Amino acid sequence: MSAREEILRRVRTALADVDGRQVVVPRDYRVPAPTDGLVDRFVDRVQDYRATVTRCHPASVDGALAEALSGCGRVLVPSGFPVPLARGVEDAGLSAVDLDEIDAVVTTATLGIAETGTIVLTHGDGQGRRALSLVPDLHVCLVRADQVVAGVGEAVALLDPRAPQTWISGPSATSDIELDRVEGVHGPRTLHVLLVEDGQPPGG
Amino acid sequence: MTGTFVGMPAFPAAARTALADTQLRSNLAHATSTIRAKREAVVGEVEQWEELRLSGAAIKDRALLDLEDHLVRLEAALQDRGVTVHWARDADEACAIVGDVAQAHGLDELVKVKSMATQEIDLNEALAARGIAAWETDLAELIVQLGDDLPSHILVPAIHRNRAEIRAIFRRAMAAAGRPAPDDLSDEPAELAAAARLHLREKFLRARMAVSGANFAVAETGTLVVVESEGNGRMCLTLPEVLVSVVGIEKVVPTWEDLEVFLQTLPRSSTGERMNPYTSTWTGVTPGDGPQEMHVVLLDNGRTRALADEVGRQALRCIRCSACLNVCPVYERTGGHAYGSVYPGPIGAILNPLLRGPDADEQTESLPYASSLCGACFEACPVRIDIPTVLVDLRAQVVDAHRPSRKPEALAMRATSWLFSSAERLRRAEGASGLAGRVMERFGRRSAPGGRRTLSRLPGPGVGWSRARDLPAPPVESFRAWWRRTDGGRSEGDRS
Ligand code: SF4
Repeated sequence: MSAREEILRRVRTALADVDGRQVVVPRDYRVPAPTDGLVDRFVDRVQDYRATVTRCHPASVDGALAEALSGCGRVLVPSGFPVPLARGVEDAGLSAVDLDEIDAVVTTATLGIAETGTIVLTHGDGQGRRALSLVPDLHVCLVRADQVVAGVGEAVALLDPRAPQTWISGPSATSDIELDRVEGVHGPRTLHVLLVEDGQPPGG
Repeated sequence: MTGTFVGMPAFPAAARTALADTQLRSNLAHATSTIRAKREAVVGEVEQWEELRLSGAAIKDRALLDLEDHLVRLEAALQDRGVTVHWARDADEACAIVGDVAQAHGLDELVKVKSMATQEIDLNEALAARGIAAWETDLAELIVQLGDDLPSHILVPAIHRNRAEIRAIFRRAMAAAGRPAPDDLSDEPAELAAAARLHLREKFLRARMAVSGANFAVAETGTLVVVESEGNGRMCLTLPEVLVSVVGIEKVVPTWEDLEVFLQTLPRSSTGERMNPYTSTWTGVTPGDGPQEMHVVLLDNGRTRALADEVGRQALRCIRCSACLNVCPVYERTGGHAYGSVYPGPIGAILNPLLRGPDADEQTESLPYASSLCGACFEACPVRIDIPTVLVDLRAQVVDAHRPSRKPEALAMRATSWLFSSAERLRRAEGASGLAGRVMERFGRRSAPGGRRTLSRLPGPGVGWSRARDLPAPPVESFRAWWRRTDGGRSEGDRS
C-alpha cells in the first residue's frame, strides 16, 4: 500500500464513528467594523511597531519620497511604481547578491489594515516579486488612505489567495533574547510608510 | 518514530534537576511573565475574543473530523499549482523525501525556517547523516543549534538562555558554521541580533534549497501560510530555487476565509502582538517569483493515532501558539526540557502521548502527570483545547496499559474524565460532592500539613487506591458554587 493510501485509510478508520460534515462554524465574531477614524488608527498602530509614518498629499508625495530616501545610494523601483525616481534601479532579473547591494526599495501596497497596523503586498505592479521588498535594508511603502480597511476580516475578504502575499507589520523584529524586542533582523530594518491622503498619487 | 529526546529522564526526575537550576528558573520566570502580560493586553483589546475562540475550534474540527476529504482537496489544489505532493507515514519517510530532493539537486546544504514538524522528525540529524547541512535561520533556533542544545519552548526555543550565555555561544561556535561573530561582540540584544543577521545573510544569499513548515494549509486553494517575525522565513520562502514544506496533516483548514480567524488569534496568543511582523502566503509556484520547484510533504507520524482518540483528538487543533506554556505554573518552574520533547508544556503533556501512545516509554508515560490540572491552559488556548480533560483521560490510559484488569484508579480517572468533559455533569457532580463534603465533616479524619482536611480512606472501590494517599476532602462548597454565590469573589461573605 502506498503511503498516501495507508494514511487515508488510517484517517478513515480513526473517524469511522464521526461525520465531520455536521460541524457548523459559527461566525459570531463578525460584527460591523467601525468606519470612522480608520486612517488615524492605522497610522497609530503602524507607529506602535516603531515604523516611521509620513502623512502626505498627492502633491507632496515626491518630496516625502525624496526625504524618506535621503542618504540612500541605489533605490530599487519595481515596474509600475507610480512615482518616477531619479536614482531608481530597475529589476532586470537581479540576483539575491545584487539585491543585497541595493540600499532601499520603494513599493506600493495592496491594502492597509487599521486594527493591526499591517500593510499587505500582493507583488504585482508597483510592488514586484517578493525578494525586492525583502533584501534591501530600507523599505518605503506608499499606501493610499482609501486602501485602509478596518480589520483582518475585511482584508482577507478582499485578497486573492492565488497571488503570493506578504503581510508586513512593522520592521523585522525578534524577541528571542530574553523577550527583549529588537527591530531589524533579516528583513528590512527600517519600514517607512508614506500615507497619501485625498486621492491618488500622481500617475497611480 | 522519533520526537523524544533520547536518554531524557522521565518528567519527575528531569523536573527536579530543572528546579535546582536557579539561572534557568529566573530566565523562565522573566520570559513567561513578560509574554503573559503582553498577551493579556492585546487579547483584552478584542471584544469578540471568545467568539473567535469558538470559531477557531470549529474550523479545526470541521477539517479534522472530515480529514480525508480535506487532504484530498488540498493535494489536488497543490498539484494544480505545480507542487509535487508527497505523503509520509512516519519520520523516516519524511526525512528520506527531503534528503532525496536535496540529493537530486546535488546539494550538501539547505536553509530552514523554524518548524515544529521538522524538529519532531529530527530532520537535521537525518540530513546530516546523508552529508547535508541544514542551517537553522530563526535566531532562537540558531542559538540552540550553535549551542548544541535542545529547544525548550515552542515559540522561543532558547528561552532558557540569557544574553550572556548567547554571546558566549556566538563567540565560540559561529566561526565553525560560517561567518564568525565580531571580536567586540557585546551582550546587547541588538548587537547579538546584528551578528546573527550577518552570519545568516551569506547563507541566505547562496542557498539553493529551503525547508519550511506551514502554520496553515488551505484545502480550498492549496495556499500555505507561514507566520513569523524576523524575516528569515521570507528569505527561505523567496530566495532559493527549491522549496520543500513539511506539513502535518492536521494543519489543513477548509477555506481561505477561515484564515481571518487564526490571523487574529495566533499573533495575539503567541507573541502578544496585534500582528506578527511578517506573514507569507503562497499558492504553489508563481512564475518569476520565488522557488520554481516546490514540494509538500504531508506528514502523519502519529497524527492518525491521535485522531482515533475520541477525547484526545482535539489536541490536533493546536496552532502552536504556546500560550498554554506561558500560563502554566508547572512549565514556568521546570522549563521545557523536563518534558523531553520538542512539544513541551501542557500541549506537550497531551500531544506526545497521543502521537506515540501513552505507554510508548517511561518519559511519555510520565507526561500526563506533569500538571496540576489548574485549567489555565484551557482558558488561554485560542482553539479551546480542553487540556485538563485530555490529561485525565490519558492518565487513565497509562494506568490501563499497566494493569491486567481495570483497577479503581483507572475507573476513577475515567469517571473524572467523563465528568470534566461536560460542564453540566461537572456542575451536578460538584453539587453532589459538596454534599458529600458536608457529610464527611462529621466523621473522623486526619489533617494534612497546614491543617488541610484530608480523608484517609475512600469508601467503596477507592479504598485500595487511597490507602497510600491522602486525598483532599471534597470542599463543602465547590469553586463554581462559591463563584456564583460571591459574584466571582466580589461579595465574599458567610455562607448561610
Ligand atoms: S494547545 Fe492551544 S494554547 Fe497550547 S500551543 Fe496549542 S493552540 Fe496554543
